[in-house]
Amino acid sequence: MKGFLAIYLREVFLLRKRLFKVLLSFSVNPFLYILAFGIGLGKHLSIMGRPYLEFLIPGLISASSMLQAFAINVEINVARFYLKVFEEFQSAPISPLSYALGEVLSGVTRAFLSVLIIIVLGYLLGGVKLNFSGIFFLVVFLNAFIFASLGLASAMSIKAHADQTLITNFIITPMMFLGGTFFPVENLPPLIKPLIEILPLTLVSKTLRAIAFGEEFYYQNILILAIIAMLCFFIAIITIKKAKD
Amino acid sequence: MSNVALDIKDLKKKYGSLFALKGISFQVYRGELFSLLGPNGAGKTTTLRIISGLTAPSSGNIYIFGKSLFTEEIWAKNKIGLVPQQINLDLELTVEENLFIHGLLFKMSLKEIKKRITELLEMADLLDRKKSKVKELSGGLRRRLLIIRALMHSPEILLLDEPTVGLDPHIRRKIWSFIKTIQASGTTIILTTHYMEEAEALSDRVAFINKGEIIAIDTPSNFVKKLGNFAIDIYSNNGIVTHFFKNKEEAEEALLKFSQKYPYVSLRKVNLEDVFIKLTGERV
Repeated sequence: MKGFLAIYLREVFLLRKRLFKVLLSFSVNPFLYILAFGIGLGKHLSIMGRPYLEFLIPGLISASSMLQAFAINVEINVARFYLKVFEEFQSAPISPLSYALGEVLSGVTRAFLSVLIIIVLGYLLGGVKLNFSGIFFLVVFLNAFIFASLGLASAMSIKAHADQTLITNFIITPMMFLGGTFFPVENLPPLIKPLIEILPLTLVSKTLRAIAFGEEFYYQNILILAIIAMLCFFIAIITIKKAKD
Repeated sequence: MSNVALDIKDLKKKYGSLFALKGISFQVYRGELFSLLGPNGAGKTTTLRIISGLTAPSSGNIYIFGKSLFTEEIWAKNKIGLVPQQINLDLELTVEENLFIHGLLFKMSLKEIKKRITELLEMADLLDRKKSKVKELSGGLRRRLLIIRALMHSPEILLLDEPTVGLDPHIRRKIWSFIKTIQASGTTIILTTHYMEEAEALSDRVAFINKGEIIAIDTPSNFVKKLGNFAIDIYSNNGIVTHFFKNKEEAEEALLKFSQKYPYVSLRKVNLEDVFIKLTGERV
C-alpha cells in the first residue's frame, strides 16, 4: 500500500510544483477546439438534434482524458531514461502491481484535471451545461485508467524515448480524430465503421454523450470498459516485470 | 550467527554473446568495507546492479545473511541500500521530499520517516538545505544526499557504485570520511571504484575484477606487501618499467644505480595500481 502511495505521491508532488504550467498547457487544446470547432465552425450546426458545441464537449472530454492519461508515458520516460529514478523504484521492495497502480492513478489524476478544465471552458465560452453525474465520471475514470495503463505499458516496452512518438502518432492521434470526438461515428463509410466502433475511445465517447445528454445507454458498456481496463492494467504489470535488463 | 553478510556464488551475466560476468564468487563479512576494483567495463556495476535487483543474472546465486536474494527478494531488498553511479534524485523535488518518497517506498511509518530524515540530514550536514530543491544543490551535496537516501531505511548492506566519480579531490575526501562514519555505525559496505587511492584509503579488503572475472582478493596492505613496499619507475622511450623492493634501503641503493644509467628515475611507495598492473598486465 505504501509502495503505491510513494509512486503516486511522487507524481503528485511533481504535478503540484508545476500546477500552473500544467493547467495552462491542458487548457490550450480544448480552448482552441471549443473556439474553432464548437463556436466558430459549429455555431449554426446541430448534430443529433443538439447544438454542435454540446455534441463536442463530451467528445473532447473523452479524447482529452485519454491523451492526458496516456501522457504519463512522458513522465515515466523522463524518470526512466533521463533521471534514472525508475531504478530507485526497481531496487525498492515494492511489487510491479504497486508501481503500476501508483503510476496509473497519477495518470487518472492528470486526466481528471483536464476534464475539469473542459467543463469549465465549455461553460464559460459557450454556456454549456450537461448532465455531469457520478456515472459520467465513472466512465471518465475507466477511460483514463485504460489509457494510463497503456501509457505505462508503452513506456516500459520502449528502449528509447524517441520510440514513444511512433506509438502516439500511429495509435493515439488517429484514435482521437476517429473515435467519435468531433463527429458521429455513424457518418463514417461502412468499410471503416466497424473498425472504429471497436476502439475503446468510440465506446467511451458514445457512452459519455448519452449520459451527458440524459439519454438511455447500455450499462454493459461500463462493464466492457472495466474489463478492458483490467486487461490493460494486467499488460502494464507484465511489461514492468520485463523492464528489468 | 554467520559472519557472512553477502555470499556470491558463480554469478554470470551474458548480454547476447558477450559475458559481462564470467562466474564470479566472493564473500563479504559483516561490518566490512569491501571494494570491487577494476577498470571501466570490468563488471563492477553489473555486479552491484544484480545484487540490488536492477539486473537479472544469467546464472549463479546471491545470499544475503544466508537467504537467497532470488527467492527472498522483498526481504533482501529491505536489507540493501543502493547508491548508484548516476545521481538519480528528483531534481524538481526538495531534499526532504526525495527522502520522504524513499521512506514510503521502503514502507516506513510517517513517524519513522520524519525522525530518520532529521537524523540523516544532521549526519550529512544538510539540515539547513531540507527545503531546497535538489537542482539547487552542488554536485558534492547531491552525492551526499544520494548516500543518505540509501540509508533512509537503515539497510545492513550499503552498495556504493563509484561514489566519488566526477568530484574534485577536496569533496572526494569529505565523501570518504562520510563513508567511514557509515561503516563505523556497523553497516557492511560494498564499494566499486576505479580510483586506486580510494580503494586503498577506505577498504578492509579489495577484489580486483577485470573482464568479468575476479582475479584476486586480499587486504590492501597484503597486496602491497606481496609485491614489495617500494617501487622505482624507470622512464624511457619504450614506456615505464617498474622495479619493486621489500625495504627502503634496498630501493635507495637501486635508485643510485639506475640514476647513473637512466635520465628519468623515481622512487615511490607501492600502491594498488602496481598490484593491478602486475596481476593483469594492464593499467586501470
